[in-house]
Amino acid sequence: MKSHAGSMLRFASPLKAWSQRFTLALLIGASVALMLLDRADSIIIERTRAAVVDAISPILDVLSRPVSGAAEILENVGELANLREENARLREDRARLLQWQSVARELDAQNQALRELLNLVPDPRARFISARVIGNTAGPFVRSALVTAGYRDGARKGQAVMTGEGFAGRVSEVGRRSARILLLTDINSRIPVLVERTRERAVLAGDNTNSPHLLYLPPNSGTTPGDRIVTSGHGGIFPPGLPVGVVSSAGEDGVSVQPFVDWSRVEYVRLVDYELPGILLSPSGHRPD
Amino acid sequence: MKSSLWHHLDLVARTLWPFTLTVLLLILGIVPLQIPHLAPVSPGFALISVYYWALHRPTILPAPAVFLVGVLNDFFGDAPVGVGVLVLLIVYGIIVSQRRNFLGAPFALVWLGFAAVAAGAAFAAWVISSLLFGTVVDPRPAIFDCLLTVGLYPAVAHLFARAQRGLSRRD
Repeated sequence: MKSHAGSMLRFASPLKAWSQRFTLALLIGASVALMLLDRADSIIIERTRAAVVDAISPILDVLSRPVSGAAEILENVGELANLREENARLREDRARLLQWQSVARELDAQNQALRELLNLVPDPRARFISARVIGNTAGPFVRSALVTAGYRDGARKGQAVMTGEGFAGRVSEVGRRSARILLLTDINSRIPVLVERTRERAVLAGDNTNSPHLLYLPPNSGTTPGDRIVTSGHGGIFPPGLPVGVVSSAGEDGVSVQPFVDWSRVEYVRLVDYELPGILLSPSGHRPD
Repeated sequence: MKSSLWHHLDLVARTLWPFTLTVLLLILGIVPLQIPHLAPVSPGFALISVYYWALHRPTILPAPAVFLVGVLNDFFGDAPVGVGVLVLLIVYGIIVSQRRNFLGAPFALVWLGFAAVAAGAAFAAWVISSLLFGTVVDPRPAIFDCLLTVGLYPAVAHLFARAQRGLSRRD
């Protein structure tokens, strides 16, 4: 009986090994098929991905709370250490900003008056949706994040994403209660921008490093380090004038930009729902989504 | 009859346990840590799990489970779907076929083997991503991720070893 079982085992184990190898080959084929499907028709993959991420977003929401609490405590300790210096710096800042405030008030009044004289079409209104960051990417070749606002909260694909410091990226995927943001540093990110001082148009292209670079800048542009970069509003998706960053270096090998947003310490973001009537209206009069 | 149902449930729970643990680690891996300069870094928990279970108990994390772990990992990470899956399956295949050589090997050797696998996987992911994006992507984040993953291996392997001991005790 024992020897019989042994011979069965001798017979069965190559068969088992063979079937395991066959399964593995089949699955490798399936993963290649997934890759091709992702390239050819990303809608199915995108929907599935959004649904899966949506399903885990409540877990992420809970998990990210204590982490941000701990980060806050650490930051508080760090702030206590240089309270005195910070106070002095803030006093200086305040004095300077008060001057700026009066200048801004004056310019605002002037601007208002001139607009009335010219009968200028007012810029469309932007609506903000605030959301918490609940996830970062899990891969070395992407720069994206997950937030708690989804379709039911008004998040739509393509919306600009802001933090208190400036422009952070755009919404790339929307689930029912969560959305994914493509950060402006991601290699797939292309943002139409303006050099604020020279009013030259360019495209800000991410390259997975912390300093994206400007594409399509005119060859003899006078862009110098320190110039502010803002969104241009071309394409009608983002409002114009959102602060993006400053030029950190400009030379033969291109112009790179230091974004205002330091992504490692962002907890909340605002999605900008920018209504541009006319251009994006479908024939039936409804906004296509 | 009732006991056989419970036995069945127990068996299912047992087979799902390593998979569940891995998925939990994947979710933990994308929680934003808000540590300056560390934001873009993410450890490869999926790779650790596949290497560990392929080496110690391949029957408990079969190839279809590896496939599912890979798909979830790509979904969570916004990576091109399929790339990570392919890399994980290849690693799984290689380790399962080589596991006899590692039986009874000291932990340092197992760790060294993992370092080699992680380096290979990072290199493969870098090549495939460069091909998909049509440009040479910056390899530095991949190198940093790889080092972090190798550094985390002993801790995660310890966790898995405890899970595995828990399983065999109930055998």
